[in-house]
Amino acid sequence: MDSAGDRKAVGARFIAPAPLRMDIFLQQLINGLVLGSVYALVALGYTMVYGILELINFAHGEITMIGAMVSLAVISALVGTGVDMPGVLIALTGVLTAVPVCMALGYGIERVAYRPLRHAPRLAPLITAIGVSIVLQNGAMLIWGRQYIPFPPILPTGAHDIGGATISDVQIFIVMLSMSLMAALMLLVQKTKLGRAMRATAQSPQVASLMGVNVNNVISATFMLGSALAAVAGVMVSAYYGLAHYYMGFLLGLKAFSAAVLGGIGNLAGAMLGGLLLGVIESLGAGYIGDLTGGFLGSHYQDVFAFFVLILVLVFRPSGLLGERVVDRA
Amino acid sequence: MSLLELKQFAVSYGGIKAVKGVDLQIERGELVCLIGANGAGKSTLLKALCGLLPVAHGSVLYDGKAITHQPAHLIARCGLALVPEGRGIFGRMSVGENLDMGGYSRTDRAGIKNDLERVFALFPRLAERCKQQAGTLSGGEQQMLAMGRALMSQPRLLLLDEPSMGLAPLMVEKIFTTIRAIAQEGVTILLVEQNAKRALEISQRGYVMESGTIALTDAAEKLLTNAQVRHAYLGE
Repeated sequence: MDSAGDRKAVGARFIAPAPLRMDIFLQQLINGLVLGSVYALVALGYTMVYGILELINFAHGEITMIGAMVSLAVISALVGTGVDMPGVLIALTGVLTAVPVCMALGYGIERVAYRPLRHAPRLAPLITAIGVSIVLQNGAMLIWGRQYIPFPPILPTGAHDIGGATISDVQIFIVMLSMSLMAALMLLVQKTKLGRAMRATAQSPQVASLMGVNVNNVISATFMLGSALAAVAGVMVSAYYGLAHYYMGFLLGLKAFSAAVLGGIGNLAGAMLGGLLLGVIESLGAGYIGDLTGGFLGSHYQDVFAFFVLILVLVFRPSGLLGERVVDRA
Repeated sequence: MSLLELKQFAVSYGGIKAVKGVDLQIERGELVCLIGANGAGKSTLLKALCGLLPVAHGSVLYDGKAITHQPAHLIARCGLALVPEGRGIFGRMSVGENLDMGGYSRTDRAGIKNDLERVFALFPRLAERCKQQAGTLSGGEQQMLAMGRALMSQPRLLLLDEPSMGLAPLMVEKIFTTIRAIAQEGVTILLVEQNAKRALEISQRGYVMESGTIALTDAAEKLLTNAQVRHAYLGE
């Protein structure tokens, strides 16, 4: 990511643009898919909660951050004691600690901050969500400090060559784990009793309760599932970038939210598609923005693409790619 | 002991006293109808009875137990099933999944399978469309599905809110015939209808509701010949 160098090189090519190099394109695509599968995991949490409560849980990004922080604390502690464990196992221990912590956190947030406002005007829980998000950020800052926390170099550093592009072991692992988690979630939602109750509640909480569904429990379960996915995503992000920070959940959350809107908020398949697409758009955008603007803008504009996409979707297709109608509750 | 007993039952809805102190009993095995004009408070009464609206005053005894302020899902689990006005089917789920939701609180797999056969025998159309998305069914088919789904919970008391509303005459006939068939299987039914004539014809007893109170109650055949009822609700 040597953007100054990039820009010079691009500037020189401005007059006669170089042909598209397949290996670079492929590399951007791989990076995009890896990032996208993390966005997809986080986007699922937004979309599940929205599907049932029509609430944008803006604290969801912070849960990702807490997941990263908790797992890093465990991993660093384990590495610090010099315990003789393979790195992957240490990382796994970190994930397995972060998941229940985040599930409890998601459950608690719903109980304390959203449930009392269930029948309040929609603006009230939205403001509360932002409040919860600020509380979590500051809480994390008090516990873990303001500095960037490095992810210890415990993971395998192997890399593989695909058509001139490189894919690392960590990247492969992130994509495979994300895909399995998403498949598991789809199975749960489509095939289990809890999943049926979730879908029924999303369509009509009143009628679901007439079937004997305890709607409050379904809502709690939804928050916990979303938080579990967010925890895993948080660990993935910190392992991928090699660091964690108390503020990392903010941007990640907003991007995942954009991904959920892109796919059609409330739609699970949409969140996955939106996440992957957004990752790819962002990666290709950052990779080629220099070429496209003749070196005027560089790859550090990466973060702009998510919001550019969000605005485009909201203007031209507010229901998202796979969303049916914006409001479909009678 | 009656299966259902309402004492001085009152419900407020949107700041208005929609139900003002209703007394009503249903015995086991009865088919009872509750008729009355639009806005008389019939649907509000059913919803509050099932826990969907808060009860302002009075009590509900079901099988001798007070269920007055219980949440809806616990009332449903006692064997009280409401087929809501407008059917309330899960449009984005398949017909089969809707029926599964009816048996949500049950754990006896064999019994569920048995009841599914029973529902399919009652409504063969549902068996044909089992895999179809419920939202694509016609109004009459949706009503069948809503009733079939309620039966899947093995209800001891079935509450039907305007089952014939918005249906074609032929389908209305089919629905009333089915209600009678379900009653003959031993399910106790409280039927709320605007189609007073058909409702009274298949019921044993009837209650007439007027602006939140019970104006009249009697055996169904007596209500059918009552001059006041004939004038106000049967259009004669």
